[in-house]
Amino acid sequence: MEPLMALAIGLLYAAAVFMMLRRSIVKLVIGLLLLTNAANLLIFTTAGMTRGAPPLIPEGMLQPLGDVADPLPQAVVLTAIVIAFGVLAFAVVLIRRAYEIVKADDLDKMKDTDT
Amino acid sequence: MRPEVALPVLLPLLSGALSLLFWRSRPVQRFIAVAGNVALLLVSVWLFVAVLTDGYITMQMGSWAAPFGITLIADMLSAVMILMTGIIGLAMGVYSLATTGRGHEKFGYYPLMHLLLAGVAGAFLTGDIFNLYVWFEVMLVASFALLILGGERAQMEGAIKYVTLNLLASVIFLSAVGLLYGTVGTLNMADIALRMDEAEHSGMVEVLAVMFMVAFGIKAAAFPLFFWLPASYHTPPVAVSALFAGLLTKVGVYSLFRVFTLIFDQTMGYLQDIMLWGAVLTMVTGVLGAAAQYEFRRILSFHIVSQIGYMILGLALYTPLAIAGGAFAIVHNIIVKTNLFLISGITYHLQGTYQLKKMGGLYRERPWLAVAFFISAFSLAGIPPLSGFFAKFVLVRAGLEAEAYVVTGFALAVGFMTLYSMVKIWNEVFWKALPEDNNVPASQTSVGDDGRLLKPTLWMMYTPVVVLAMMSLLIGVFAEPIMQVMIVVGDQLMSPSGYIEAVMGVSASAEAALLDPIELQAERIGDDAEDSP
Repeated sequence: MEPLMALAIGLLYAAAVFMMLRRSIVKLVIGLLLLTNAANLLIFTTAGMTRGAPPLIPEGMLQPLGDVADPLPQAVVLTAIVIAFGVLAFAVVLIRRAYEIVKADDLDKMKDTDT
Repeated sequence: MRPEVALPVLLPLLSGALSLLFWRSRPVQRFIAVAGNVALLLVSVWLFVAVLTDGYITMQMGSWAAPFGITLIADMLSAVMILMTGIIGLAMGVYSLATTGRGHEKFGYYPLMHLLLAGVAGAFLTGDIFNLYVWFEVMLVASFALLILGGERAQMEGAIKYVTLNLLASVIFLSAVGLLYGTVGTLNMADIALRMDEAEHSGMVEVLAVMFMVAFGIKAAAFPLFFWLPASYHTPPVAVSALFAGLLTKVGVYSLFRVFTLIFDQTMGYLQDIMLWGAVLTMVTGVLGAAAQYEFRRILSFHIVSQIGYMILGLALYTPLAIAGGAFAIVHNIIVKTNLFLISGITYHLQGTYQLKKMGGLYRERPWLAVAFFISAFSLAGIPPLSGFFAKFVLVRAGLEAEAYVVTGFALAVGFMTLYSMVKIWNEVFWKALPEDNNVPASQTSVGDDGRLLKPTLWMMYTPVVVLAMMSLLIGVFAEPIMQVMIVVGDQLMSPSGYIEAVMGVSASAEAALLDPIELQAERIGDDAEDSP
């Protein structure tokens, strides 16, 4: 399972970088979206994947029996997803406003503040 | 239970929530902006005094013992940074009253300011690496909204670059946190430091160190990752620029200091050279970029980049004295840079432009403003006896002791270039006569949402400027006690065992490295069960 996930994560990172290097601001935001998803999957995978073993402690015992899935990365990923959702919502509004003002879906037309 | 370590985070959150409740009431929001930030300053002084007397102050959130819960910890560096946050927060609270247009106030300027301060304070105080990411995001989202408040074209263009590059940095940071958790199996920074020595893949540790360096390097605007800063910092209303200039990049620098002294202290080897030359290039490119500019705030923005180089230089030299010098540079820069932006706001109010070519004659009109600028600008360039001189003096001394002569030479040369930029501003804005094609707003009561004044409440703009200029002067005069504090910062950062013991518990720190955390927790549960039959 891990090699497959690693491949998928690598593809996501690559696609994200490709999209972010485009001139269109819509594709830029899509790139950011893919990038955050890649990072979330990365956290999920690096902590080790355990199938079908929820981290529950049987009644009357102090620790779980055998290997269980690590709940912490899942909590971390959940937090990261929520944050990414909020930030991307902002980014979508931002590119819409930028499009309304600049009247172009092109980063090369947004160089007024660079020089 | 030490409430002072949690209050600097909770108070601005509370002020922000209260301001949101009074969304429609402008006077109440303005009152909270000042009162909330006065309270923040008082609490930050409390924390600073407590750290000064007691050393490390920790608090385990929800009473979950470290490393299971989130730890808040204040060491001397955190306490100093929180004190700076309090000072700048109050200065901005007062200054915003005068400069913020009604349109900005109506759309939540004050709540966002409080949330930004909460994010900054949280980042300075947390002892948990994922929590640090969360505070970074709190800070970022508030800064995004503040940056585009007003919705002018330049703001949108600046914001797209700012948002993209900062989000990229956040994702790199988040990926690094994930990989770090996969490597050491914990998120508590003190616990990570303990387990780092036993980490199996030494190659992985180096990759992680580089990822953290890149992520925080973008946030701190270090070479070659600084391009978002001069593209965006001059676009929002001036109070927002000043707040960003004072605090935001410094959070990145603080994180670099924290992570590379605590977690990656073993891997500094060749990274130290990269960081050293990165610092030199940051100083040089920043100051050269400023030399080419003729817009007041853009010059200052490039100087932020240049000054970041000095702070990173302190970290890269990696001796207690150098770190003390770097921390001194942070403190000095927060005060002086904020003040220069505030002064640029006043000159904009007086002359209606940021273009140096169109300004002039302010020395005759406003001699005291000229004096305040003079103090801040020459402090930035490092002229004795102002605060910048001592920051630079300590760094140069540390550089010479570390026998990094070339780097030290660059640090001194950049000081001259800084002086050149500052003299340029002085000549254009204060010294030369006002060019005839400048139409100074006749009444100075221009109304509008473009950041211009609604009423000439000049004292609200002058008070923070005068106070900050005085602080720069006083830091120079009383450099000795402040240097004592900075030396404590350097010593604490270079010997992280104190930090680790403060988080993990004094006796537990040695054993915890050996004991399985599950067993520890099981023991604690067992103890609790015995106590309550």
